[in-house]
Amino acid sequence: MSIRHGILALLTQGPRYGYQLRTEFEASTGATWPLNIGQVYTTLSRMERDGLVAPGEQDEQGRVVYAITDKGRSELERWFGTPVAQADRPRDELVIKLAMAVTSPSADVRQVVRAQRTATMRALQELTRAKRAEAGAAQRLVLDSMIFQAEAEQRWLDHCEVVLAAAPATTQETTDDD
Amino acid sequence: MTTDRVVRLTGVTRIHGKGPGAVHALKDVSLDLAAGELVAVMGPSGSGKSTLLNLAGGLDRPTAGVVTVENVHLGSLPARELARLRRRHVGYVFQDLNLIPSLTAAENVMLPRELDGVRTRQARREAEAVLGEVGVAQVADRFPDEISGGQRQRVAIARALVGERRLLLADEPTGALDTATGEDILALLRARCDAGAAVLLVTHEPRLAAWADRVVFLRDGAITDTTVAVTS
Repeated sequence: MSIRHGILALLTQGPRYGYQLRTEFEASTGATWPLNIGQVYTTLSRMERDGLVAPGEQDEQGRVVYAITDKGRSELERWFGTPVAQADRPRDELVIKLAMAVTSPSADVRQVVRAQRTATMRALQELTRAKRAEAGAAQRLVLDSMIFQAEAEQRWLDHCEVVLAAAPATTQETTDDD
Repeated sequence: MTTDRVVRLTGVTRIHGKGPGAVHALKDVSLDLAAGELVAVMGPSGSGKSTLLNLAGGLDRPTAGVVTVENVHLGSLPARELARLRRRHVGYVFQDLNLIPSLTAAENVMLPRELDGVRTRQARREAEAVLGEVGVAQVADRFPDEISGGQRQRVAIARALVGERRLLLADEPTGALDTATGEDILALLRARCDAGAAVLLVTHEPRLAAWADRVVFLRDGAITDTTVAVTS
């Protein structure tokens, strides 16, 4: 995904200044994807080079309004019409940590699972709270996406616990802090 | 801040059966719910979730320990008094809704009140009010099989809330509903909490448990962890 497709989508609602694009981008993604203004202008100048947007006249404050071009519209259409590939995701630190904890004699894997589950549940509670305060459909769906991902992690942790409980422990100290 | 405690379990143990075959369903569990609190209980199958819910609502009696609802010690009550306390103070929402198919939505909601001796006209007024609160006033005179799953669930919640009941016990209340409708049900339970009820929710879905102020993890009949939402 790219910022450029987000910018193209916003420009279908009419020409925009760079700072407007930044504000609207952040608003429609529920502030989960902050942009700095430099990124916006760098992206716009590349898009201008590629013929996807066209700058208008400078106003007296030196600001330029950008509009979407026909080429930009067809690129946006292509983007909306193409499913997102399961691209190479960055490796998940938690998965690596757990795999290491299972085999390492110095780790208590059950404790790793338990600590993570508590942290993930707290994150889920916070996301849910943020969603309850959110009225816009776009922002809500962005938060829902993060909620479903956190839930998937939580389910996986529950699954790990059950699988590990069935398997003989590699390291075992009983915790008596319950 | 004074806590307005609705239910309290102190050192509650529940053993099913006797001798070597005895099952320790709950082991020395203590839990408090105040008015306005939503507490979710999570845990694998057989961890004691439903036992905990049944004990909190007086549907089952502990082997050891004390359960109080609205400051009444349930263990001290004879069966008839316990049944009355359950009707007056505790509402239940189960996955299997137990709506009576030959009664309309309003009549289903009226039933517990009529059993309590409330006159029909008064019970009807209360039922209409609570059906309105949960957003299904328009189906009051329809039968359960004439309304959608989400509407049936709302009717069951209305039935659980009618009267002065402040303790709501919900066991997998979103059942087979789709995710968005299931969330609406959680939003509704949350709103009831914010209006002063105490809700104890059993769910295996982390996404739904996340609506709670506290999430309690049960394993092998004991509480292993409690997660508290960060207060904003």
